[in-house]
Amino acid sequence: MSAQPHRLPSGGRIDRDTVLRLTVDGQELTGHPGDTVASAMLAAGRLDVAPSIYRGRPRGIVAAGVEEPNALLEVLGRCSESMLPATTVSLVDGLAVRTLSGLGRLDPTGDEAVYDKKFAHTDVLVVGAGPAGLAAAWAAARSGARVILLDEQSEPGGSLLSCREETVNGSPALDWVREVVAELESAPEATVLSRTTAFGSYDDNYVVAVQHRTDHLGHPAPEGMSRRRVWHIRAARVVIATGAHERPLVFAGNDRPGVLLASAVRGYLNRYAVAPCSRAVVSTTNDSAYDTVTDLVAAGVEVAAVIDARPTLSPRAAEVAGTGVRVVPGSAVVETTGASRVDGVLVGALDEDGLLGGDVEADVETIACDLLAVSGGWSPVVHLHSQRQGRLRWDEVLAAFVPEGTVRGQRVAGSARGTFDLGGCLEEGTEAGVAAAVAAGFPIEAEAPVGRAATGEYGPVRQLWLVPGRRGEPADWHEHFVDLQRDQTVADVWRATGAGLRGIEHVKRHTSIGTAHDQGRTSAVNAIGVLAAALGGTPGEIGTTSYRAPYTPVSFAALAGRERGDLFDPERTTPIHPWHVAHGARFEIVGQWLRPRYFPRDGEDIDAAVARESRAARRGVAMMDASTLGKIEVCGADAGEFLDRVYTNAHRRLPVGSARYGVMCKPDGMILDDGVNLRLDENRFLLTTTTGGAAGVLDWLEEWLQTEWPELDVYCTSVTEQWTTIAVVGPKSRQVVARVAPDLDVSAEAFPFMTFRETTLASGVPARICRISFSGELAYEINVSGWYGLAVWEQLYAAGADLDITPYGTETMHVLRAEKGYPIVGQDTDGTVTPQDAGMDWVVSKRKDFIGNRSYTRADTARADRRHLIGLLPVDRVTRLPEGTQIIAPDTPVTPERGPVPMLGHVTSSYHSEALGRPFALALVAGGRDRIGETLIAQVGDSPVEVLVAGPVLYDPEGNRRDG
Amino acid sequence: MRGARGGSLRELPFSTMVSVRVAPGSAAFDRIGAALGAGLPERVADTARAGAHTALWLGPDEWLVVSSAEPGPLVADLVEALAGDPGTVVDVSANRTILELSGATARQVLEKGCPADLHPRSFGPGDAVTTTLGPVPVLLWQSGPSTYLILPRASFADYVARWLLDAMTEFA
Repeated sequence: MSAQPHRLPSGGRIDRDTVLRLTVDGQELTGHPGDTVASAMLAAGRLDVAPSIYRGRPRGIVAAGVEEPNALLEVLGRCSESMLPATTVSLVDGLAVRTLSGLGRLDPTGDEAVYDKKFAHTDVLVVGAGPAGLAAAWAAARSGARVILLDEQSEPGGSLLSCREETVNGSPALDWVREVVAELESAPEATVLSRTTAFGSYDDNYVVAVQHRTDHLGHPAPEGMSRRRVWHIRAARVVIATGAHERPLVFAGNDRPGVLLASAVRGYLNRYAVAPCSRAVVSTTNDSAYDTVTDLVAAGVEVAAVIDARPTLSPRAAEVAGTGVRVVPGSAVVETTGASRVDGVLVGALDEDGLLGGDVEADVETIACDLLAVSGGWSPVVHLHSQRQGRLRWDEVLAAFVPEGTVRGQRVAGSARGTFDLGGCLEEGTEAGVAAAVAAGFPIEAEAPVGRAATGEYGPVRQLWLVPGRRGEPADWHEHFVDLQRDQTVADVWRATGAGLRGIEHVKRHTSIGTAHDQGRTSAVNAIGVLAAALGGTPGEIGTTSYRAPYTPVSFAALAGRERGDLFDPERTTPIHPWHVAHGARFEIVGQWLRPRYFPRDGEDIDAAVARESRAARRGVAMMDASTLGKIEVCGADAGEFLDRVYTNAHRRLPVGSARYGVMCKPDGMILDDGVNLRLDENRFLLTTTTGGAAGVLDWLEEWLQTEWPELDVYCTSVTEQWTTIAVVGPKSRQVVARVAPDLDVSAEAFPFMTFRETTLASGVPARICRISFSGELAYEINVSGWYGLAVWEQLYAAGADLDITPYGTETMHVLRAEKGYPIVGQDTDGTVTPQDAGMDWVVSKRKDFIGNRSYTRADTARADRRHLIGLLPVDRVTRLPEGTQIIAPDTPVTPERGPVPMLGHVTSSYHSEALGRPFALALVAGGRDRIGETLIAQVGDSPVEVLVAGPVLYDPEGNRRDG
Repeated sequence: MRGARGGSLRELPFSTMVSVRVAPGSAAFDRIGAALGAGLPERVADTARAGAHTALWLGPDEWLVVSSAEPGPLVADLVEALAGDPGTVVDVSANRTILELSGATARQVLEKGCPADLHPRSFGPGDAVTTTLGPVPVLLWQSGPSTYLILPRASFADYVARWLLDAMTEFA
């Protein structure tokens, strides 16, 4: 097809019968199933992508896999996705992409695709489905063990997908791949996952991987099928068979489009049937590039020359030279030429120190070509090994960092371990698979498949980190690129060393080499080599930077999974919740609970609703769902003793049938939580906690019981949802309670404040009714089994109908309690407030020890000018101070010139009081109790507001209303 | 959810549940086990069933008794068996509810959010563990070859049901 002038007439793992349309930067191209965007571009003869990020230099496709540094795409669509390497995006019909200059953008459009996660447990996890990984999975699966094989590519095979003449067990290698995959897929306990990248490896063989499930389908995914899935895998044994990445060479103009990795060229030829050029030069330091040479020749591409840095021909090089290919030993490409693409290379001879010998200008040879294939050696993909703190060793022969030893429960096999020949990969993989299965408890023996390849070994490697420039010094070599994505050069490395930096971690951060989306896949080891050249010494002496997850980028959407929208965070509800919804409640989230904030009637706003609800509570009767308070039953012979130790006040002698307010503190003496506690019988208490603090308080109690006081006979049981709690509040509450609980004597004499009674309601429901008030009014709390919570709420609502019983929410609750100066832990306290600061010295026992007690003698805790919780009354009787407003002394300048402004404290709660007919606030103010009667300034934006300091109890300070 | 790969989800409300804490091997442990009829299980993930009562192992000294009997009499019987020895018996019937998930794909649905190993080699009918489903702490109890009981705190039940329906969509 003319639109694909570089497509070879036969071969490749593509479906030529199907033509797919693709748009790149507005240019219409075609390709086939099996293509990536990169291979389709090259088939069309298009090599160039967007210019480089900082220097705007022309750039082209370099690689064929995840190591691609240049060809980044934004895949356009209803919700576009950026920063995807063109070498990894499978072609589907109608795909439209834009190439990026290294910088993507997060599409603000809502992404409606589904992302989810999956937990998996396996006996053997194999990462990588190249020859080593396939052999490992095949051997392990035969044992009957659970096996998971992950591979990042679109199909299993790894490097074999790019091969031509390699064989396994005497057959073409890909036939063997097909057989192994078929065997694995039919094994009941084996799972093969393609397009799945293991990106993080954590303690105890916990490996996290992302699977791309739908983008390659080319049609919308079935409903509910996730686009990407994050796998959380726990494996008894892990085999890492992640292969190796080829390194480019560092020379002048090495970033010019048309410079490709030799192995990538081989992949485009054999896997995609694309010849990206008509006349190639190959520059190498090792034998592996000779496979590319023979494949180019077989594909009918002219190979102008092979420039081999090694001074003498290796056997493999001699063999290829014997076929008539010109091989130039002891030399390197020193420069490329061309405008937007390579049109030639300059070749110079290297002396044994790697320097250009003789008369540089005279001795340089120019060779015309339209592609330069480079191989600077291979770097094992050691990321997962290293993420687990597996050690690395510099192998001077392989010119590579290879794993040293193993991580417990793991093995590294094949080229990830520096074993680059096919036969060795198959043997190591088989051995690793057998060992993993045996170690996981599944005995098996297996004989390794026999692999044959033209290039038996990677060969002797010449370490060539820096091909000298023809002119100047390294500090001037601004076109010797080390990191293509970050536009960083040899000159930048020299600038870093010139600034005194020696460590690779420092040089990395100074230059930004290795920090792009590709995390230095093609640049990291070269940077180490260049640094070694700059400082003297070997790469092994320089060492590597740290490897951290993720191995390749993972989208936030995939990590978020289903925890977004309605499923973002649990919304906890009480049994009465449906009633609240049906009666128009507006909700707020407290902890994870959905609580009614107010119940507007007939178009009321929040202020009007809260005013009405407050009036009902102060003058009539109102009711609130208080079920969200945390509840913990504490049982055992030592329960009273235990509570004496964790609460600031005494509980041991609290009579059965009585209730007591308690405050618990941290060892630093600061308030942790509070609540009202009931003594149910001699050995049994029921504690209540704040709504948001319930789980933390239970953990706190368990921590003390389990680690400090295991000798105490105490058991804690969370019963938060067991009880539905309904507060009935107001002067007329006694009437309502009497109606629903006719067996109970509700008189103030028979049922005094801070006591509780067990009874059976008129409806037959057993109930525990407490006389507790968080408003200062006569009030009851009715506790029933959650099974009956909604029914009892409705009974109370009906029983109080003629009294206009008024449901109220958290906002009114806050106003009522603030008028009485009752603090809310977490709102009026912030972890720096003692009970004394909050005006509750009375709750701190002077006769017993408890957690936090010793801190009250600390000089800072005993200061007289600590911030005290006090009331504030805006003098203008109008301004409702924003919570958080800073309090300052009168006449304090607040101009920047006179700053910083000395702060006296801040507002913690602020409301309009229906009962007082004015706004008021609670605040923490330095020495506040000694300032009662003073006027201070609350700075609201640019406006100073005069506020009168008052005691915290602003309503019914005598407590006359408690008994109705 | 219909279809060959479908599953079903329903709530089994109003089961009696009693929290039992007692030292394993103690006389009270034996008395409570006898009162329940099948003893208290002593192995992680184990359950013991006799008649209307099943005891789920939650910890070395902690069990949840799930029963179709009335809460009041059962609690009274167990309190009597404890007989004031160290330990506790608390009615927690309304603390949790039960969601029943069944169908050929039930395990796959749960594996989207439950980190426990639910493979038949590790977990089967009669096993129960304390675990999480998505962000919610739950007890997970396999009651049949492809039937699981999920016991979240009652306040989380609505969220858990919606979470499960969402996870089941793929198999509808």
